[in-house]
Amino acid sequence: MEAHYIYISLAAVFGLFMAWGIGANDVANAMAASVGSKALTIKQAIIIAAIFEFLGAVLAGGEVTSTIRKGIVDTDLMSGDPKLLIYGMLAALVAAGTWLLIASKNGWPVSTTHSIVGATVGFAAVGIGINAVQWSTVGEIVMSWVISPVTAGFIAYFLYQSVQWLILRHEDPVARARRYVPFYIFLAAFTITLVTILKGLKHVGIDLSMMDSYSLAFLLAIIIATIGAFFIQRIEPDKKAEKKAAFHTVERIFGVLMIVTACAMAFAHGSNDVANAIGPVSAVISVAQTGIVSAKSTVSIWILILGGVGIVIGLATYGRHVIATVGTKITQLTPSRGFAAEVAASTTIVIASGTGMPISTTHTLIGAVLGVGLARGIDAIDLRVVSRVLVSWIVTIPAGAVLAIFFFFLFRAVLP
Amino acid sequence: MANVLANIFGSSPVKPLKKHINIVYRCAKQLHEFFIASIDGDWDKATKFRDEIGKLEHSADDLKKQIRLSLPKSLFMPVPREDLLELLLVQDKIANRTKDVSGIVIGRKLQIPPPIADQFLEFVDRNIDAAKQARTSVRELDELFTAGFRGAEVDLVAGLIEELDQIETDTDDKQAALRGALFEIEKSLDPIDAIFMYQVIELTGEIADMAERVGRRLELLLSH
Repeated sequence: MEAHYIYISLAAVFGLFMAWGIGANDVANAMAASVGSKALTIKQAIIIAAIFEFLGAVLAGGEVTSTIRKGIVDTDLMSGDPKLLIYGMLAALVAAGTWLLIASKNGWPVSTTHSIVGATVGFAAVGIGINAVQWSTVGEIVMSWVISPVTAGFIAYFLYQSVQWLILRHEDPVARARRYVPFYIFLAAFTITLVTILKGLKHVGIDLSMMDSYSLAFLLAIIIATIGAFFIQRIEPDKKAEKKAAFHTVERIFGVLMIVTACAMAFAHGSNDVANAIGPVSAVISVAQTGIVSAKSTVSIWILILGGVGIVIGLATYGRHVIATVGTKITQLTPSRGFAAEVAASTTIVIASGTGMPISTTHTLIGAVLGVGLARGIDAIDLRVVSRVLVSWIVTIPAGAVLAIFFFFLFRAVLP
Repeated sequence: MANVLANIFGSSPVKPLKKHINIVYRCAKQLHEFFIASIDGDWDKATKFRDEIGKLEHSADDLKKQIRLSLPKSLFMPVPREDLLELLLVQDKIANRTKDVSGIVIGRKLQIPPPIADQFLEFVDRNIDAAKQARTSVRELDELFTAGFRGAEVDLVAGLIEELDQIETDTDDKQAALRGALFEIEKSLDPIDAIFMYQVIELTGEIADMAERVGRRLELLLSH
């Protein structure tokens, strides 16, 4: 029994550290465009991120956490020796954390999700046996890594095209923006709330019928869009600023939308990325508490809360600086462009979270930005960096795996 | 920590191009005061303006090099990189011609013959107008990029370019008239001065020619 406390504390510490890292680094990608375009101040961005990352983690983070916890490794094989799963999951956490540290020291654009999945596959395949990996699930996950950026890219492409057709290419873009932006707000709010209601609420014990879910999402989205429309009507055109930049007022109207999409991005990010930190933790805890490997138990809500808190701490301590830095570098992502990328990315991510697919939020967002670029929306995209992302995408999986194998054997040798 | 999202954005060429045409226009604008000083025979003052022209031409040149370096082939942009670089090149030539003209006048202390001085100043001003119109057109690049080179913004820029063409035609007419006037009085001038006077008129007229070519380059961007 003594040993179990060691495992649980180790897992909690590693998991918290991982969550801290996610909050410190990755959240910036979700919030930077809204800050860079001055739709939000840093302070407002931190508050929105804290609230919605936490909500996303707790309400919609369960499915992905389950996948990391018991979808990749065939836990049945380990019922004879449950400790193997504990060593493995601890090894996966440490391996992913180590790889992320190495990568960020060298400036490699690696993904937290890819690291943790690579590490989990690694310890299971080598430490336990090739059959211990549920290869069909792993195959699905890898497919989702290809599909998610592409899907986000497509959605972003069509969204930005529609903005150009409906608003930017007309002689009265301000009037048109006033008319159409509330619809985009509705669209963003509706998709996010719908997926949350469909997939998230059962984790907090509420079960709604399909019809009720749609009606509730519709109602909430109408309310949010109406509030948005109210603020949009109050925006006065700034004639002086418009002389310098004709789309100044239009961008300010889209700025209202950027507040909504920032919430959506933070929510989506929380829902998908919290699993990277607490998926392994919840596996360790459930084995350590019960002494058996069970595939039945669901993720307890307090572990999701732990992950959410970790992310928020990371955000508050370090993430604010990263948001500020990234924000100044992505000014090309003006509100009219940024919203298209963010709605596309957050929708894709939340749907992936709902189906339990652990995807890379950053890669999905990059796919969305490329989509806006293909719609001739971005002044300049550096394709060298895009290819570096592709390379690190491929390198991360074996790297995470090798490190996890090393830590797995280390833990098996030294831990009780 | 290097952030991927921040790095996939290459440096946008839009603002630097606008900054470049601003410098170029300010450079060309100096010719007005420069020629007034030289017609008055105030060579100290003229030299001051000539130095200003040199400084502005130089900083336009520096910016040109900087923009070129920040536009590697790996950039994915809504319009071809080559067209933007060509635009930059013709923008820069406006400043080059300005410097050449002022150089000849200062170097030879070339006196604009009083009988054609007013007509000549008018011609210079019209060329500056062309440079200004080129600047106005290039300033719309931001909006063009945002609207994806389609729609109302394209019509607006097309209108600006048309106006630019009219100004350029006007400078051509003025140039022909000025050459005619110079021909009338050339016998009374020092022969070498007369030859250089023709050259000064020629080079000044090229300012509007280059401005018009800026318009042509922008038009090419519009057709994408």
